[in-house]
Order: sequence, then C-alpha cells, then structure tokens
Amino acid sequence: MKLLQGKAGWTLLAVVALIFPFFAQNNYLLSVATQAFIMAIAALGLNLITGYTGQFNLAHGAFMAVGAYTVGILTVDHHVPFWVAFLLAGVVTATLGFFVGLLSLRLKGHYFSIFTLCISYIMFLLIEKWESLTHGPVGIMGIPAPSGIGPLQFGTPLSQYYLVLAFLALAIWIMARIVRSLLGRSFMAVRNSDELAEALGINLMRTKTLSFVLSVTYAGFAGALYAGQVRFLGPDLASETVTFDLVMFTLVGGIGTLLGPLVGTFLVTWLTQSLQFLQDYRMVVFGPVLIALIIFLPDGIVGTYLKRRARRADTAKPAAPAATQFVETTAKAKHHA
Amino acid sequence: MLEITDLTKQFFGLTAVDHITTRFERGQVSAIIGPNGAGKTTFFNLVAGTHKPTSGRIAFNGQDVTGLRPDQVAGLGIARTFQVTHLFDNATVLDNLIVGYRLRTQSGLWDVVVNSKRLQNEERLCREKARESLDFVGLSHIANRIAADITQEERKRVAFALALATDPELLLLDEPAGGVNPEETVGLAALIRKLVDHGKTVCLIEHKMDMIMRLADKIVVLNNGAKIAEGTPAEIRRDPQVIEAYLGTDAGTNAGADHAAV
Repeated sequence: MKLLQGKAGWTLLAVVALIFPFFAQNNYLLSVATQAFIMAIAALGLNLITGYTGQFNLAHGAFMAVGAYTVGILTVDHHVPFWVAFLLAGVVTATLGFFVGLLSLRLKGHYFSIFTLCISYIMFLLIEKWESLTHGPVGIMGIPAPSGIGPLQFGTPLSQYYLVLAFLALAIWIMARIVRSLLGRSFMAVRNSDELAEALGINLMRTKTLSFVLSVTYAGFAGALYAGQVRFLGPDLASETVTFDLVMFTLVGGIGTLLGPLVGTFLVTWLTQSLQFLQDYRMVVFGPVLIALIIFLPDGIVGTYLKRRARRADTAKPAAPAATQFVETTAKAKHHA
Repeated sequence: MLEITDLTKQFFGLTAVDHITTRFERGQVSAIIGPNGAGKTTFFNLVAGTHKPTSGRIAFNGQDVTGLRPDQVAGLGIARTFQVTHLFDNATVLDNLIVGYRLRTQSGLWDVVVNSKRLQNEERLCREKARESLDFVGLSHIANRIAADITQEERKRVAFALALATDPELLLLDEPAGGVNPEETVGLAALIRKLVDHGKTVCLIEHKMDMIMRLADKIVVLNNGAKIAEGTPAEIRRDPQVIEAYLGTDAGTNAGADHAAV
C-alpha cells in the first residue's frame, strides 16, 4: 500500500493511462476511456466547489453543456477554428459562472443547491427551446475534431485519447496546486464553517465566487473537449442526469480529496461498462452498491483510506515532549489561580 | 481601545441589545455577564460585524468600525471565538490553524498557479504563526493529532490558538470555559491571563462566576438587552440591581451573584 502513496502513486496512474491504449483491443474501449477522462475533468471541478468549499452545486452539468455548445455553435455555425472556440468555451462558462455565482452564493446550504438545480433546468430549457441558436432538440451535428497543433493531428481515437489525457493531467496539476495552497485552505475554511472563516478574516463572497468560477471553468473546458470528441451535441447534455453522475463520481471516490473524483469516475465508468449485459437491470445492482457505499464509506474510497492513514500516522508518533509541556502549563495554571 | 456608544439592535419587534454604552480598556480582561437571553452573544455579533446594529456606534482604536463586514473587522485586529468551535475533523490540529494567518497574506490565484516566491514565503509564515500560537496555548504536543480526537478542553485551546493566529489586538471569547471541568477552567483562566500579559486585550462572555470574579478587571452586566451595571468584580458583587436580576427581588444578601447562573 505504501507504494501507492504520493508521487509514486501518481506516476503509476500516469503510466497505466499512457500504456492503456496498447492493451485496449478496440477503438470502442479507447473512446470510453477518453470520455471517462473528460468526465473526470468535470468531476475535478465539481469537487472544488462541493468537496473543498462545501457549496453543493447542482448546475455543474449545465455548465459543461454551455462549454460544449459554445464550441459546437462557434465551429459549426460560425466556422471558428476549434482551438479558438475551445478557449472561448472557457471564457463563456467562467463569465456566466461569475454572474450565476454572485446570485446563487448569497444562499446557503440546501437553498443554494435547490437554486442551482433550478438554474440548471433553466439552462436546459434555453438550450432545448432556443432553436435559432442551439438547433433545439435536433442538436448540433458535424462538430469538427480538434484541429492539429503543429505536427500533432487529432483525427484518430488514439490521438484524441492522448490529447484528452494531456488535458486531464494539466487539470489535476492545477487542482493540486490550488487545494494544497493557502487559497485551498481558505476554501476549506469556508466549508468547515463560514461563520468561523469570516471571523478569521476571509471574505466569504469573494472566496466562494472564485471557487465557483474555477469550478465551472473546469466544466466548461470538459464540455469543450466533449464536443470535439463526440462531435454531436443534444440538449440532454444539460439535463440534471449529467450533474448527478458527476456527483456520484465524487461521492464514490471521496469528496474533498484530490484523487477521489478520478477514482470515482473510472470505477463507476468501468462498472457501468461491465454491467452492460444487464441492460436497464444494472441499476438494480448499482443502487444497492451506492447506498451501501454511502452508509459504510461516507468519505468515499479515497477519503476513507486517507483518514485511516492519518490516524495511523498519529498513533505511530508518540509525542515525546508532551509530558513536560503539560506539567509546565498546569504548574502555571496553579500559580495564577 | 473599544468604545461602544448607544448601541442598539432590534430583530423585528425584539430589542436584543438596548442602548448600550461602555468601553473596554487596552490590556484588561473585561467580562460580559447576564442571564441567558440577555443579549451577550448578540453584543459580540455586533462588535464582530456579524450583525449590523440598528443604531449606535462602535469605535476600535478611535476608528469607526460600525457596520463593517466580519472579515474587515478581523483584519483590523479583532478576533473572536465561538461557543462551539468547528474544526476540520479529518485534518491535524496544526493543519487547522494554518489558515488563521491567511488574512495577513496577499497571494491570489496567479501565485498559486505559478507557485510564486510570495506564496512560498507566505505559506511558511502561516505555518510559523500556527506553530507559535499552538505553543502559546500549550498544545504543541498535539500538533499532529487528528482534530476529531482531541478533548473538549483542547478544542477550547485550539480555538484560542486560531484566534491568536490572526494577530489580533482584541480577543472576543464567547464562553471560553463552557463545557469543561473546574480544574480545566482554572487552566483556561490562566491562559487568558497569559494573553493579557502578552499585550492582548480580552473581552469575554462567561457564566462561571468564580472564574469571572477572579479574572476580570471589569464586568458589564446585561439583562434583557440593557446594561444594568458596570464595574470591578467587587462593585458588581454588591450591586443591588445585579442581585435582583440573578436572584429576584426578595433576595437581599450579597452572596447572590456568586452562585447564580453557574
């Protein structure tokens, strides 16, 4: 188990991801893995606002759709080059996220969640009904694949796989920087108790809005990659199912941990694929497993592991200077009394 | 250091804090006492910026701080603790304290992405500050313990440390000895004395009269939102209005305030 910790663990994950295509027998598996990576990017983002900042956002999937539709509309209807549209997808979701955040983050707890759920539904309706912009229920077809960068071309499933993997690695790297920094500590302080965080001098609104914008920007870029990989978009992408899938991924893996959303996404995707032969009955297996997991591992797989490890490290390290220190303080206490 | 002038807070029809005027001097321990529902915590919430006063003025070091947000008030050097301290139970005690000094740092998103020199310096500073304040409250031996595993008294001390890490001049402590045993209360009182000896000013809410009478330089008594008495512990003990508020009109002896509301 020791081998799987820290840098070694991440390296191992990277190696597995890099050599996976050589073991995947067909393009189908490759595209499933690529889509799992895209969902993992979105789940990483969701985890920032929900797991680290404690604001349960239920509009995440809708923001992913906004990113995807930005790319779809710009490339198909306006012939904008893919990478320009890709960058704009980030800008559009971040801007929209800023205003939605300003509005919704005034609410706390469940009220915030319900409000974002409504926003998500409004965005779904807009995408479905605003036919002149979004092509309505017909969807957007014929989205171009990401155009080549220099000698690199992204026409084949294999090259797409590595492209998305590169973005996932970048997303993890930036997220790691964020959550391990003072900024991440501010987010977690808000999660623990916003009252206490504010008393410690943390500007609540600014901190929460920043987390929200960063989080939906991840969703936006994930959506943009989705558009380039699936090449077809329908309004269903904005439905709450996508959001709840992402929530499930983070919960299973471990909410508020860096690795959790990744583990959750890969595990659930793999399970869904393996249970495909059960067709719709797979939910009969899936539901109970999920319920058991929430009951017995509320911190998720990664969360539970980290907690155990922390406690073990704690008991393994007996505090040597403790005794003297304690005597000192009690002596002082008696003196003052 | 802290001057309160005619401070009032009304929640719809209810007057929770009723025209209070008082001042807390630098380097002293001031205590606010009163029966449950007297408006003590609301008073703290007004000073700390959690609630905006209906009327009145709060001045800290001569500067008007009325109506500022809590984070702005904290930035000016007023720290507070709560009756219940919410720590992140899955992290170590030290980890919980590092964010305390965040308000004195500047690093933003860009510093984080490029891992700037400034960020590295500030993270080191925050860590040092956390260790320092943990030392001060006498808990450096539990720095690496998981916050979920520490005792109630240790939690109280960690709350002090967290407040201290913000580098405050004035500390508002809401029931610092609530829920701990008498022996531990003595230790916490000594810690509060130590804060004052190190140049901090303390204002606290407490129900434990023994502790207040020994510790406080000045006591303000609230009842139904209004200030009914103010003075040294000796003066408060003799004050007929205080005795009345605590024991009712018929009790005439000066023993009253000591035993009431414990």
